[in-house]
Amino acid sequence: MSTELANQKVRNIKVDLDKCNGCRSCEIACSAFHAKPKYSSINPARSRIRVTMDLLNDEYVPIRATDYTKAGCDGRRTYTIRGKEYSECSFCGTVCPTRDLFKEPDSGLPLKCDMCEDEKEPLCVQACPRGVLTCEEIDAVQEEVKLDDMELGMRSLIDKFGSKKVADTYNRMTKKG
Amino acid sequence: MRYSETGYQLEVDLSRGNIERIETDPKLTELHLGGQGINAKIIYDRVGPEVDPFSPDNLLIFGTGLLLATPVVGANRTIVNTISPQTGLFAHSVMGGWFGPELKHAGYDRIIIRGKADGLVYLYINNDKVEIRDASHLRGKGVTETATLIKEELKEPNAQVAAIGLAGENRVYSASIEHGWSSAARGVGVIMGDKRLKAIVVRGTKDINIARPAELWELTVRLRKEMCESDGVGDWMAVDEDDSFHHNHFSWGNSRMRRRNFWSPELEDRWYNLKYDNMDRQIGCYNCPKACINVISYPGRKRFGYKCFGKDTYHMAAFKELDFSYEILGVAQEYGFDSYSTPQVIAFGIELYEAGILTDKDMPDFPVDPGDRTWYLLEKIARREGIGDVLANGIYWAARQIGNGAEAYDHNSTKKFEQIPIKLGKLNPAYFLMIATGEKMAITQIEGSFPQDPLPTREEREEFVSKWDAVPDEKFKQYFLEWEKRNEISNERTCAIVDWNEAMHYIDDSTGLCAFVSSFRGQFGGGIAYHINNIPNQITLATGMEFDKDKLWKVFQRNRTLVRAINVRRGLRRADERPPEDHWAVRDEELEQKLLGDYYEFKGWNMEGIPTKVTLDELGLNYVSEDFLQRGILKP
Repeated sequence: MSTELANQKVRNIKVDLDKCNGCRSCEIACSAFHAKPKYSSINPARSRIRVTMDLLNDEYVPIRATDYTKAGCDGRRTYTIRGKEYSECSFCGTVCPTRDLFKEPDSGLPLKCDMCEDEKEPLCVQACPRGVLTCEEIDAVQEEVKLDDMELGMRSLIDKFGSKKVADTYNRMTKKG
Repeated sequence: MRYSETGYQLEVDLSRGNIERIETDPKLTELHLGGQGINAKIIYDRVGPEVDPFSPDNLLIFGTGLLLATPVVGANRTIVNTISPQTGLFAHSVMGGWFGPELKHAGYDRIIIRGKADGLVYLYINNDKVEIRDASHLRGKGVTETATLIKEELKEPNAQVAAIGLAGENRVYSASIEHGWSSAARGVGVIMGDKRLKAIVVRGTKDINIARPAELWELTVRLRKEMCESDGVGDWMAVDEDDSFHHNHFSWGNSRMRRRNFWSPELEDRWYNLKYDNMDRQIGCYNCPKACINVISYPGRKRFGYKCFGKDTYHMAAFKELDFSYEILGVAQEYGFDSYSTPQVIAFGIELYEAGILTDKDMPDFPVDPGDRTWYLLEKIARREGIGDVLANGIYWAARQIGNGAEAYDHNSTKKFEQIPIKLGKLNPAYFLMIATGEKMAITQIEGSFPQDPLPTREEREEFVSKWDAVPDEKFKQYFLEWEKRNEISNERTCAIVDWNEAMHYIDDSTGLCAFVSSFRGQFGGGIAYHINNIPNQITLATGMEFDKDKLWKVFQRNRTLVRAINVRRGLRRADERPPEDHWAVRDEELEQKLLGDYYEFKGWNMEGIPTKVTLDELGLNYVSEDFLQRGILKP
């Protein structure tokens, strides 16, 4: 890692599970912020943070959408923490085919947390007065390729339909006249 | 575009298996908002007085409050209404949790259920896909067990489920509809069971649009923070471990006995440890920063949640302690029992046995210990076995079925419904009116804005009113300043106070705001988040409909009068409006009847408690006045 990168800071959201009361204000805030125009609609299904809840297991875990993957993992392990059993998925932010989470409801395309870069704090943090979510700055980790929203969407379309079909469709749709 | 609501309702006929998505009239939203208001309108229009509660023509409506799924903090209530077989009247029920917002995101403001299924079914709503599915494999299953099984079989971990348990399936009158650790009580679970509807499962991924987004967002972000930090909203019982109020002042057993010196520091300490040794966390409902629900893991029991006075009812009915409630509460919830009425019905059964009216023939092998007896009767009632089949009809009907003097033990009902067990000395005029005329069947559903008691000194009263933003009119400050003795207040003032108390509940039950951040909570300290002066703005910002205090007040009057109209058409009259005879030790019939008459006049009702033609027409309820004239309920 170069010296320059090591000094680069990025935002991170810390989660204190014991404080979560299941109100899902983080989901409301995220979907509102990313609506166009801003705050014009609410829809937790569009939120890039979701509280996975299991009342019988006393499980309330806000997780953020991170990377997209076309394949599900073999993560079927369970962890018992203070007598409560969590699945590996409970903490995983990856957008994968195994579960119905972090997929844009209209298109099915993956959602990804952008940390609300222009805001003083991510909106989910602002909307969490109980202090479950707090924002901190940590050292950046070098990534090979950083995909933006559009590239991410394209990647999943290519995975789903193959690059030829995507290219054909693109060409057809952008043809003049 | 419709803002803050979907503009559609789901109509399901379980007899014919018909499902329709119907566009609604925005004019109705303006007149009634949502929740109970529109539910009442639909029941007035479609469920005539001739319809028996157990008829397929009775409707069961799950109506979301208008502000659900908007950023408005603490708006999460689903209001369930039907005609109750216990009272023969409009049944009123409210549940929190996450069900209502999910329903709106699925694209529906309410679900209207008619008819009866042939066998046990559940309703699966996934956005535009709605199915009536077989539930025979869920027969007899508990409510959380049902929710788990359905979510697994549908592979919908994010779905929200409202279900009935054994009590609802067996049409027990005190059956509730349970969702998470929230429940809809007071006469709706029995109708869900009668319709053979085990559960409703909802999954929704659609947008709810906001009329004035930036303004509403800014306001609600600030309010969420303030409400989180404020002691003036939420259920203080979640954190105040001194519960001497209920234990020393409310009645134990079959609303029979006060134990004025029950509470002690030793007991408080012991119960504190019991609670915190077994409590996992405290949670809230959708879009609310408070944590009113205590989540308990008790050894040998399934995890459960409770709030407020619900933790006291079983052990107070059984003359036990908190550990008894922790033993029984989760099991009773799993059966889908209302924790307010059910313990009273059980205590009534125990009393009849002690009085020799019920015998070993009725209750074979009846145990000796009151706790064991409570368990015995809970199981019998849930299954409608033996005497349980009689007690399952609630105290009023059971007393008349049993006869032989049992009627005298039905001493805590009003309008055939079990009231909160309180027996006091001197009459409290406002409480007399609220218990007598309330049509939500529980005092908690009408009291709440004006304090229950005067403060001792003028200075304290001045301090109280100095930050009292919630008052609809400055005159209430004057009333409070001049109020020194609980029972010494003019009829005119009492009428206005009761009307204000009632108003806030009707507003909450149409917007979907929780009573603990609004209508119920202001009485304890005054600093409440929502009141008549600030709710209109939030309605305007969310819906785009211009609302002010006067317009909102009129919605309250319209909705409240409509509920009265439903009940008047079903036979409710002045003679039914009586608090339990022993609610206060000292009574004065003449004074009470004068007060009741004055209140009717204040409300624009005639001396039988029937809204007059002028009152109805002024509220735009001309169709009601015409109906009343035609039926001879009002004379031309």
